[in-house]
Amino acid sequence: MEDILTVSNLTMHFENKDLFDDLSFSLPEGSMTALLGANGTGKTTMVNILLGMQTPTNGSVKFAKGAKVGYVPQFRNIDEDYPLSIRSFIELNAPFFKRRSKHIRRHINHILKDTNLTKIQNTRMGEASGGQKQRAYLAQALLDHPDIIILDEATASLDPMAKEELMTLIQHLNHKHKMTVFFVTHDIPLAKKYMKNYLLLKNKSVQFGKIEDLQEEAIG
Amino acid sequence: MFSYAFMRYAFLASTFIAITCGVVGVYVVARNFSFLAHTLSEIGFAGAAFAVFAGIQPLWGMLIFTLLGALGVGELSKRTDQKESSISAVSALFIGLGVLFLAISGSNSRYATSILFGSIIGVDRQGVTQLIVLSIVVLAITAAIVHPLNFDSFDHIGAAAHHINSAWIGVVFLLLMAMSVSIGSQVVGSLLVFILLTLPASTAQYLGRTIGSMIIWSVSLALIGVWAGLYLGYLTNLPVTFFISIIEVAIYLGVYLTHLARK
Ligand SMILES: Nc1ncnc2c1ncn2[C@@H]1O[C@H](COP(=O)(O)OP(=O)(O)OP(=O)(O)O)[C@@H](O)[C@H]1O
Ligand SMILES: [Mg+2]
Repeated sequence: MEDILTVSNLTMHFENKDLFDDLSFSLPEGSMTALLGANGTGKTTMVNILLGMQTPTNGSVKFAKGAKVGYVPQFRNIDEDYPLSIRSFIELNAPFFKRRSKHIRRHINHILKDTNLTKIQNTRMGEASGGQKQRAYLAQALLDHPDIIILDEATASLDPMAKEELMTLIQHLNHKHKMTVFFVTHDIPLAKKYMKNYLLLKNKSVQFGKIEDLQEEAIG
Repeated sequence: MFSYAFMRYAFLASTFIAITCGVVGVYVVARNFSFLAHTLSEIGFAGAAFAVFAGIQPLWGMLIFTLLGALGVGELSKRTDQKESSISAVSALFIGLGVLFLAISGSNSRYATSILFGSIIGVDRQGVTQLIVLSIVVLAITAAIVHPLNFDSFDHIGAAAHHINSAWIGVVFLLLMAMSVSIGSQVVGSLLVFILLTLPASTAQYLGRTIGSMIIWSVSLALIGVWAGLYLGYLTNLPVTFFISIIEVAIYLGVYLTHLARK
């Protein structure tokens, strides 16, 4: 199977800190990979580099030709007074004057159904639960028709039920739409349950393997 | 009432200004820029005072000062961690300058009053045209950048993840705010222009759940305020600005308290 992402010799040094050195790995199309690592090992920085939002000290990032990337960031600033409904929040990612068009409305309705948000689409984001918000963030990214979706700590603040619901949804996207999943987390049991491969950031380098071969205490 | 030309002019100009401030206000509130609206209106006060001193129209003095001030404040808040205190310092400087310009221009206190508290009843035909043209310019620019402006104002992080250039949007929006402050001051005065830019939009946040409906609420409330204000001012001979502010505050409090009660 072809690779959707190829990373070669990636190095990231900050003035006062060397984050990682000479990382190389690739993600096959349709794969489900967990990016693991302790706090501060550079997972978010790596994602930012993949997305072109930060420039690496050295190395290259290559996506397959025409591959579209969806991204769900680690943090969002949505407080409890946030006024927009879940649907309007998702629609921020659609052109303002075209979002009433039949084609886009149908796409949004479809995504709402996939992410199980149809019934609560008019609830304010500020009043939604953590799990509902996280699904709305994912839904907003799905509007880009991604071939690969990158999620940064999407389950970090969720209760066990909401975690399972989100992971089932991600699994469904992979099965049904052949979407490649790149899932950043430090929750090893969760990764073992839902992902197929892992990348482990540790000691400035990366280990790669099948998720069933990963040791539970590997991160520390 | 409409048999007087000055009342027709006042209504026409106020209508456009209320629409503009209502629309821009939605983004002022979403971006948490209420504090900046105050600063810009103080810079606008200095600009109008400078215009009186230099013998040009107050509106132009305001526009020049607020546009330059917006760029300066934007630059300043990028460079400092102590945003609020540095912006306070800028306000203090400009209020001081405004007082100085008024004093050395030897103008009477009528000028100061109309700059601070508004003078829409005195607007002439040329003034109306200027205000309408400026309103249309602000609305047209807003429409041209509506997608990135919406995304950046309501989901800054999501916008950044989509490579939207938020620094650029930020600068354009500050310029839009500067123009709105300048024209809004012509109705309610620079001391109270923040009312038109923040209260209807804050109220709209409780009433609407989409950007479109928030804009409609915000504009409607701004229009109700200025129309009723002009009418009551005409009836009673009391200041229009007084009526506009109590109307907007009353609506805001009413909606806010209802919202609290329902929680
Ligand atoms: N621009 C920067 N300049 C200097 N240091 C930085 C910069 N960006 C990140 N760092 C540092 O690099 C390290 C890695 O940060 P990063 O956010 O990538 O970690 P992470 O693995 O995502 O952590 P977490 O699990 O907490 O999300 C941190 O120690 C951070 O302080
Ligand atoms: Mg991180």
